[in-house]
Formats: sequence, structure tokens, C-alpha cells
Amino acid sequence: MPYSELMIRPMREELTSAGVQELRTAQDVDAFLAEKSGTAMLVVNSVCGCAAGMARPGIRHALAHGKRPDRVGTVFAGQDLEATARARSYFQDIPPSSPSIAFLKDGELVYFMPRHRIEGRNAEAVAGDLMAVFEEHCAVTAAS
Amino acid sequence: MGTFHQNKSALHGITVVVDTTGPEIVIGRCEDEDDRGIFLNEADVHQDGDGGRSKEAYVQRVAMVGFWKKHDHLFIPREKIASIRRLGEV
Repeated sequence: MPYSELMIRPMREELTSAGVQELRTAQDVDAFLAEKSGTAMLVVNSVCGCAAGMARPGIRHALAHGKRPDRVGTVFAGQDLEATARARSYFQDIPPSSPSIAFLKDGELVYFMPRHRIEGRNAEAVAGDLMAVFEEHCAVTAAS
Repeated sequence: MGTFHQNKSALHGITVVVDTTGPEIVIGRCEDEDDRGIFLNEADVHQDGDGGRSKEAYVQRVAMVGFWKKHDHLFIPREKIASIRRLGEV
């Protein structure tokens, strides 16, 4: 059962205020993933502070420094059910996990950070892993 | 920001690997742990040798991408637990 939207809003805005595109419908997800060229990161956001509470600031930090993906989108697990299901349908070999982060290059999944690689770590550690992926695969540098 | 949970064990919310004294190894998200044992949500159980995989081979595979849950909730009594470790540290 979804949480109150009032409670969720700050968790959405923590990512959207960093330039992450919110994907609220299956159509939004399809449109986001239809673009195959370049790099894209798709974040499965979630409520639980045990992991998502570290994932969101880690993502914000990574996006603000150095190279960053061409496109960054997010679905909210447990809230935007249709959009989340559609996003997961693109990665059928990957067990569902939230929060989690998928990174694609030219339409191919090249990196995946499941929940268990986020929980128990701090935001800087999560950001460090993402920045290493950005450095390897991305060409665009974040505006300073 | 996020939601945080009081009055739970240190492993609450953490995905753990619970090796048992028997042929089973269990992976799931810890709800709580106390003297009675460990309570897991969204858990998977692997039998040593199933699919040609030892317990450790199964854990190594799961550590890469995660696991498919087979149980919404699972309780493992203390006397059956050989070890508990965080999947993220595998």
C-alpha cells in the first residue's frame, strides 16, 4: 500500500532538485529508455531510510562532481507501481531491489547497484562508486 | 532524508547471509534479531549443492546482482544459525 504522497514528496524532490527526471508512468519509462545513445542512469527510489536515505544524497553528490550521465531518471518503488514494474521489465535478469541504480551505455546495462550494495554504507561511499562508473563511461562533465 | 526505525537490532533493514548448521543457507533483509533468532523479510533459501552450486558459490552469485525472494517472511531459530554476515560485505 503506497505511503502518503505528502510524506513521499521530499524524497522525490531530493532527486528531482538535482536534475533527475521523475518517471511516473510506464509511458514515461518507455520514453526515457527508448533513447539508446549515450549514457543513462535509472534510480529506483524507495522510502526506507536504511538504504534510500543514503542512496539519495550519494546520487546528488555524484551528479554534482565531475562527469555525469547524459540522462538520469527515477521511479519510486511502492508508490509509482506501474512505472516501477515497467522499469524492472527492462532488466528481467536482475532481481527486483529497492533502492537500486542501473547504469546504461548505448542502451546496454553496464552497471547495477542493488540495495545490498547501498545499505549500511554512507552517502560518500555510494557517491564514490557512482563517480567511478561515471568516470569510466561518461563524457559530459557536471556544470560547476 | 528517509524513514528510520527505532527499537530494532543493528541489522534491521540490512540484507544478510545466514548460514545454518544444516545444508541451508538463507539470504534476506533482516527485520530484527534477538535471543530467539533472526527474522527476515523477502528471503531466499539455497540448499547446498542445488543447481550444482555450493553454499558459497550461491552467495557469490547473489552478491553480484541480488536474489529472487521465495519467502515474504522467514524466522531462523538461534540454535540453527552458524553465522550471520552482511551480503554487502561479501
